[in-house]
Amino acid sequence: MESLDMAAKVVVVTSGKGGVGKTTSTASLGAALAQSGRRVAVVDFDVGLRNLDLVLGAERRVVFDLINVTQGVANLSQALIRDKRVETLFLLPASQTRDKDALSEEGVEQVIAQLRERFDYVLCDSPAGIERGAQLAMRFADEAIIVTNPEVSSVRDSDRIIGLLDSRTLRAEQGDVVAKHILVTRYEPARAARGEMLGIDDILDILSAPLLGIIPESEGVLRASNVGSPVTLSEPANAAARAYFDAARRLMGEYVPMALPTQRRSLLDRFLRRGVA
Amino acid sequence: MSLLNLFRRQRSAPVARERLQLLLAYERNNRNLPDLVAVLREEIMAVITRHLPVEHDDVRVTMARGDTVSTLEIDIHFPTGAA
Repeated sequence: MESLDMAAKVVVVTSGKGGVGKTTSTASLGAALAQSGRRVAVVDFDVGLRNLDLVLGAERRVVFDLINVTQGVANLSQALIRDKRVETLFLLPASQTRDKDALSEEGVEQVIAQLRERFDYVLCDSPAGIERGAQLAMRFADEAIIVTNPEVSSVRDSDRIIGLLDSRTLRAEQGDVVAKHILVTRYEPARAARGEMLGIDDILDILSAPLLGIIPESEGVLRASNVGSPVTLSEPANAAARAYFDAARRLMGEYVPMALPTQRRSLLDRFLRRGVA
Repeated sequence: MSLLNLFRRQRSAPVARERLQLLLAYERNNRNLPDLVAVLREEIMAVITRHLPVEHDDVRVTMARGDTVSTLEIDIHFPTGAA
């Protein structure tokens, strides 16, 4: 099995701004990677506001959490929750009751080191903001997925997060780099074509980092979180799911041509598109 | 004319792009500096109080950023007859 001789990759999913789709993207990419046979752990760093369990449909199975493991109350095996649909997907939940200061850098370092031994991919779902919690989530990352909406405040915050990735991570302090990938979510190609929404080129130019994927705005994503299943599992043919599958393959180093997510365009859209081209 | 405006009004993305580029160029340059205005204010205070009886609230430091030139405005109030 090829995944056995691969070194583990620790990837932080971050954004600065809240509500752009970090948790949804962590769940969907984690599932997509696991669906292709990789051993994946998704780790919720949002202490006090955990939600990855809910999006993955594992909210009633949480017994121990990340803080319990860092403090030695539970061992890693006791805290990891195996997904019921994909057997190589595991969740390490955040604590819902503890204070965020209960998470120590040393504790996180030890847990990440243990996860590296057991998984091919460790996806760290960062809390919003640029404070301690977000910095701990990125601290030991090899790579970063910066989730960005095509909207000015989100792009600005992404730029800020890139600054932190280049200064506050262990890799940065050692003179190395954290490889960055931009994941644009909630994208509406028709509106971008009409000049109503920042385009992909605009975002990449401004952030000067490579693109991992473009996730179209889709009702399927909300439906999926409603039922507690990543969209790649519940609706694999959905445009957003396909975009997550493509992004996961790019994360694994495959070359996948970047196609704008297909979307039915009305005649009026086509007309307007031509009018401003 | 009104039809042209209809098209024009919708193209807000170029405005967003330009605003972001200007803002981020500035923020990237200042990312690792502490709050420059606050630092300047403290140091100016230290110099001024050696010679004039001013209170903390009497010194106002503001910075205005222009496209090519920025201005630093220092406004110091002190009692008439103190100097």
